[in-house]
Amino acid sequence: MVNVSSLSNAAPMDTSSATPVSRAFKVPARATDGEKADTLIEIENFDFYYGAKQALFDINLKLDDKRVTAFIGPSGCGKSTLLRCLNRMNDLIDGTSVKRGSVKIRNIDINTRDVDPIELRKRVGMVFQKSNPFPKSIYENVIYGLRIQGETNKAKLDEVVEKSLRGAALWDEVKDRLHESGLGLSGGQQQRLCIARTIAVSPEIILMDEPCSALDPIATAKVEELIHELKKEFTIIIVTHSMQQAARCSDKTAFFYMGKLIEYADTRMIFMNPSNPQTEAYVSGRFG
Amino acid sequence: MSEPLNPFASKPSRSRAFEKVILGLFRVATYFVLLCGVIVFADIVFKGAPTVARAFKTTSTFPYVTNTFLFTAPESLYVFEHDGEKKEMGDKEYRAFREAEEAKALAAGQPAPKFKAESYVYSAGGIWPAIVGTVLLVVGSMTIALFLGVCSAIFLNEYAKDGPVVRFIRLAILNLAGVPSIVFGLFGFGMFVIFFGWNVSLMAGWFTLAFMVLPVVITASEESLKAVPKGFREGSLALGATKWQTIRKNVLPYALPGILTSSILGIARVAGETAPIMFTAAYVVRDKLPWEIEKASDFFFQGVMALPYHIYVVSSKIPQNEYTARVQYGTAFVFLGIVALIAAASIILRNKLRSRYQW
Repeated sequence: MVNVSSLSNAAPMDTSSATPVSRAFKVPARATDGEKADTLIEIENFDFYYGAKQALFDINLKLDDKRVTAFIGPSGCGKSTLLRCLNRMNDLIDGTSVKRGSVKIRNIDINTRDVDPIELRKRVGMVFQKSNPFPKSIYENVIYGLRIQGETNKAKLDEVVEKSLRGAALWDEVKDRLHESGLGLSGGQQQRLCIARTIAVSPEIILMDEPCSALDPIATAKVEELIHELKKEFTIIIVTHSMQQAARCSDKTAFFYMGKLIEYADTRMIFMNPSNPQTEAYVSGRFG
Repeated sequence: MSEPLNPFASKPSRSRAFEKVILGLFRVATYFVLLCGVIVFADIVFKGAPTVARAFKTTSTFPYVTNTFLFTAPESLYVFEHDGEKKEMGDKEYRAFREAEEAKALAAGQPAPKFKAESYVYSAGGIWPAIVGTVLLVVGSMTIALFLGVCSAIFLNEYAKDGPVVRFIRLAILNLAGVPSIVFGLFGFGMFVIFFGWNVSLMAGWFTLAFMVLPVVITASEESLKAVPKGFREGSLALGATKWQTIRKNVLPYALPGILTSSILGIARVAGETAPIMFTAAYVVRDKLPWEIEKASDFFFQGVMALPYHIYVVSSKIPQNEYTARVQYGTAFVFLGIVALIAAASIILRNKLRSRYQW
C-alpha cells in the first residue's frame, strides 16, 4: 500500500538489513512525548481462545488514557483479536473464550457477569476495517446510537449530528446533504462518517481496526489528522498494518507476534531503538 | 514450411461441429418450454375470457355495471325451448321466468305452459364466493407462514449457535419441502379438522397451507438474512445496540425485499394447491359469503369455496358438456388473473422496499 508519508517526508521502506531502523521512519515529535499519562485499560495475564485454538498468550499491557496506542504485527498475530476483546465484540463469534487473566477498564474487569456488553460498547466504540455506513441518510447514520438509546429530542439530535460530524472533520463536506444516503460518500468520507457515528454516543475509548487499510493516501492522511484531534477527548487504540501510520499517529506502540506481546513502549522507542530483535526485524521490514 | 495467411482462421473439427449441435439443442429446448407456456396461457385466455366478457351486465344502481360471473354465486343452468326459441337461464332467473309465464297464461285463461328444461349444475351464475375464499386463504396462510417463517429464520440465522441441533432443524425443514401436498392435506385434516375440532374451516386451511409453504419461506428468509452484510450487525452492536435492536433496525429492513420475493412464489403455490384444502377448508358450494355470519368468531371456523377446488369440481365431479366447459375455463382464467394480481402487488411492494433500503 502506498502511503502519504512514504511519498513525501519519509524515505521509502528498504528491506535490506543494512538500513538502520532510524532511517526507515521519521517519527514526528509529539506534544505528549515524555508526559505522564494515567492508565485506563489494564490487561493482565490474558489468554484467549477460538474454540480449542489459543489466539492470545499471556498478554500484559497497560494502555494510557487520552493517548493513541497502536497495535502492530503481521497478519494473524492476534492484534485485532485483542482489540475486539476490549469491547467484547468477540462474544459474537461462536466458541470464543477467555481462559485466564483479565481486561480491566478503570479497574473493572469487563469479562465478569456484572458487565453488560451492551453498556460496555456504549463506552468503548469501534471503527471497522471496512467502512460500514448503514444504508440510511448521513443524519440517521450519526444518530443511530442515540436513536436506539431512545433519544427523540430533535434539537438534541441536530446538535449531536453537527458536533459529531465536526468532530470527525466531515461537517463542511456534508452539511448540505445530511439527508442523502451515507453510501453516496467517498470511501474516506464513509470511514469518517463511521467515526462520527461512534463519537456521537460519546464513548471514552475508540477502537480502530485498520481504519485506513481500504483508503487512498489522501483519505488516510485526513483520518490520521483526525486521530490527532480525537485524542484530546478520547482514548484511541488503533490496529494497523502500516508501520508508517503507527509511527505517525501513535504515542505508544505494541508489537505482537504469534499471539504474544513482544514489545510495548513509546512509539519513538519502538521505531528508533527497539529492544527486541524481533521488533527490530519487523519494523525494518525484514519479515512480516 | 510457410505460415498460413491467417493463423486464426477456424479449422473444421468434430468438437467444432458438436458445438453447433449442442447449442441448437439448448435453444430448441428453451423455445419448446416457451411454446408450451404460451399455448397453455393462450388456451385459457381464449376460452376463459369470453365467459367473463359475456357476463357484463348493466344495473340500475351504482356503479351501473356488474359482472355476473365474477360477482355472483354459482347456480344451476337451465336450458329449454320456449316459443320455438332456445333459452339459457340461471336457476333464479328460470324460476322467475316460469312463474311469470304461468301467471301470464293464467290471466289469459290458457293452460299453463309446459317447460322441459335440462339442468346443468354450477354452469350458471358466477364464482364470487370462490374468489373471496381464495383471497382469504392466501392472505391468512401467507400471514401465518411469513410470521412463523421469519421468526424461525431469525432464530436460526441470528441467535442459534451452529451445532448438531441447528443442522438437524435445517435438514428437517428441507425435508418438509419435499412432502407432497396431499400429505399436508391429510395432516391438516387429522390435526386441525379432527383433533383440534376446527371442522372444515378457514383456520384449518390457513394452517395447513402455511405449513406447506413454511420451508420455502424459512429457507428464503435465511438466505436474505445472510445476504445482509456482517458490517451492518457489527456496526450496530458496536454502538451499544442490543441484538434485537440491531436485527429490527439494521438487518430485517434490508432482508425484507428478499423475503417478499420468496413469498411471491409461496403465494402462487398457496393459491393454486387443491390437495391441502380439499379436506381442510374447501366447500364444493356455499352460497353465503364469509362475512355473512352471526358472530365474529364464526368467521374463522367456516368453510369457504376456493378457485382451485372449484376448477377441480367443475372439471371432474359433474357431467361434462359445452356448458360446463365455459365455467371451467372462465374459472381458470380468473384464477390466473388473481394470482397475477397478488403477485404484482407483492412485486410492487418489494420494489418499493428495495429502492428504499439499498446498499
